[in-house]
Amino acid sequence: MSLKNILENWSHYRRGIEEGGHHDYEHMWGMAIDLNKCTGCNACSVACYAENNLPTVGKERLMKGQGLHWLRMERYWDEPNVGGDDQEFQERGGSFIPTMCQQCNAAPCEPVCPVAATYHTPDGLNAQIYNRCIGSRYCANNCPYRLRYFNFYSYYEESWPEPLNLQLNPDISVRDMGVMEKCTFCVQRVRSAKDTAAREGRKVMDGDVQTACAQTCPTQAIVFGDMLDKESKVSKIWAAHEVELGKAKQNKSNKELRGYRVLEGLNTDPSVLYLDRVREV
Amino acid sequence: MQTKDINENIAWAKINKDVLRSMENPRMGYWVALAACVAMIACAVVAEIYQYQVGMGPANLNWPHMWDLYIATFVFWIGMSHSGTLLSAILHIIQADWRKPIYRFAEAMTLFSLMTAGLFPIIHLGRVWNMYWVLPYVSDRGIWPNFRSPLVWDAFAITTYMTSSALFLFIGMIPDLAICRDNARGWRQKLYTVLSLGWQGDDRQWRNFRRIYLMMACFLIPLAVSVHSIVSADFAMSIMPGWHITSFPPYFVAGALYSGCAAIITLFIILRYFFRFDEYMTIPILEKTCKLTFAIAMVWSYLTLIEFASVWYGHDAVAKEALVERFVGPYSPFFWLMLFCGIIVPFALAFEKLRRHLPTMFVVSLLLNLGMWLERWMIVTPTLAMSYYPFAWDIMWPSMVQWAIVFGSFGWFGLLFLIFVKVFPSVSMYEVKEMVFHRRHYHSEEIATKLHRREGDPQPGDGPSTEGVRS
Repeated sequence: MSLKNILENWSHYRRGIEEGGHHDYEHMWGMAIDLNKCTGCNACSVACYAENNLPTVGKERLMKGQGLHWLRMERYWDEPNVGGDDQEFQERGGSFIPTMCQQCNAAPCEPVCPVAATYHTPDGLNAQIYNRCIGSRYCANNCPYRLRYFNFYSYYEESWPEPLNLQLNPDISVRDMGVMEKCTFCVQRVRSAKDTAAREGRKVMDGDVQTACAQTCPTQAIVFGDMLDKESKVSKIWAAHEVELGKAKQNKSNKELRGYRVLEGLNTDPSVLYLDRVREV
Repeated sequence: MQTKDINENIAWAKINKDVLRSMENPRMGYWVALAACVAMIACAVVAEIYQYQVGMGPANLNWPHMWDLYIATFVFWIGMSHSGTLLSAILHIIQADWRKPIYRFAEAMTLFSLMTAGLFPIIHLGRVWNMYWVLPYVSDRGIWPNFRSPLVWDAFAITTYMTSSALFLFIGMIPDLAICRDNARGWRQKLYTVLSLGWQGDDRQWRNFRRIYLMMACFLIPLAVSVHSIVSADFAMSIMPGWHITSFPPYFVAGALYSGCAAIITLFIILRYFFRFDEYMTIPILEKTCKLTFAIAMVWSYLTLIEFASVWYGHDAVAKEALVERFVGPYSPFFWLMLFCGIIVPFALAFEKLRRHLPTMFVVSLLLNLGMWLERWMIVTPTLAMSYYPFAWDIMWPSMVQWAIVFGSFGWFGLLFLIFVKVFPSVSMYEVKEMVFHRRHYHSEEIATKLHRREGDPQPGDGPSTEGVRS
């Protein structure tokens, strides 16, 4: 493999190493989040809690920084308080970025796990195997986005006292203490959709699979789909904003285009595209 | 003022007697020290049981501070383990014979530091009970550890180094164990008989012994360098600012040698005082150790300042910010203390008056090691506090659980060392005899000319060597 080849095909090469060769992926799950539409309502975060059996750690532990929100709503004040209290956050200069595991194609968290509890699936997802994890937390240290969370305690009794434990999602486990976890792009829903499609003898169509956050967002700011399907909504958004997978530096000549990926200069090749807020000049 | 490394007129019998006397029934002070070590270990055990049952939360670990004192102390203990290798192996190869009275306890220190360090990768895991998954064993599911992870390299490197150090310590002790066997009764005699492997001190045995010892010394030196380079890879192989630094392997090895040398000075002064080893662990030898420590301190200081300079003049804005944060941020008091202990305090080792003053050297050596421990902490925590993602910037201080376990690790080391000095000779008797012999004949022209090739070699027509044989 020549150096030029590697640099141009890094993402494909990296996935190939994981699989022991170069394959064509069946799906490549990706997301596009329109920050202009995001109101910061946190419904996506709550939906993630409900869908993925996330424990509520309590105020004290959250203040210590031991929270477990796979999807976090980050609030930044990029302009000084321009409006009064009667206005929404956005008019007052606040912006929101819902961040979840970026499912990097060249994930820095994958090579450093001592027991190989995290790896890249043929779906383009970064998978976390809860029962293999021994909790060395090296993956969390290597994630530049800090999107990996750790079970500092065992939350089962505290977070879901009877009868709340009855509302747990049976499709996904409740994690033991000492285990790392993170957003999985609702892999249980992905698997379920693939099973249904296989049963019905067809391929997975765009819209069959919706992550909990995409499903709940009231403004449809989050779009989830298969990047390998050129007709899917998410592929069209990526193409419209001229952002490509497998490249660390995108072509940014057209200033009208708002698409960007977070920290892509670190060569992580994330699968989540953000569309920057339209701002008044 | 003594200037000779050792008194050249010490009788062999006196050497035996002095060293064997250190292994006699201990006085009250020893039992007090032992009890203190056990108490420290008890603190750590209580804290660890609590942490094992409740989770890593009580340690004040949080997002993003996923590693803290456990990893820092782990690296510190691995660093201290380089003492024995440096003194034993490196100085042996360059034939610096002043190491002979002091290398035995240094090697013991190496082994016990490794045994202490090895506890921490286990303690810091979230699911400690599954720690053996890091080892490559044939599982029925066909699952192997991830060989690309520096933590797995750690497991290999440390086990190899620990085994090799233990073997080196043991093999080097065989002639001494034979002396102990010849002078012991009861359970000690049984123990030494087994351990001395039937050593009789004849010529063939000595020749083989010297060859093996040299081979092991040559083997151990690259191993020591590689161990700490691999431990530094835990940081250097990540992408975090302040960790992803190419100079980390040599930097950590220099820090390790530094830490080990300082610990040698500490234990030198302690053993010399309590066991009255003044004839063997002499002031000139202490001075030489101090000079060596000073040299290594300057190497470490250089590498530290170079690391700062290369980040400061580099293009990586995030790394530069992480560096500046270490100087002015919330952890800066410890950072400045580390720089003081690591760069300024060693200058006390440059002055002969201070080098000869034992209480000063004791305090200086403890400060040097404090500086090294702080250095490890200042590598781990400030990077995690302020890395690439501003939303995740956070200041965190370790809790009593972490401090208790770190504190207890010193007790564990102390316990192992205390047991060692009472069961095994902490000064190498046969090597001290060699040193005295060579020094004595160095001054005697007549004998020096009679000896060909090397001093101590038998002449043609001589009978077999009678050293060590029971009379």
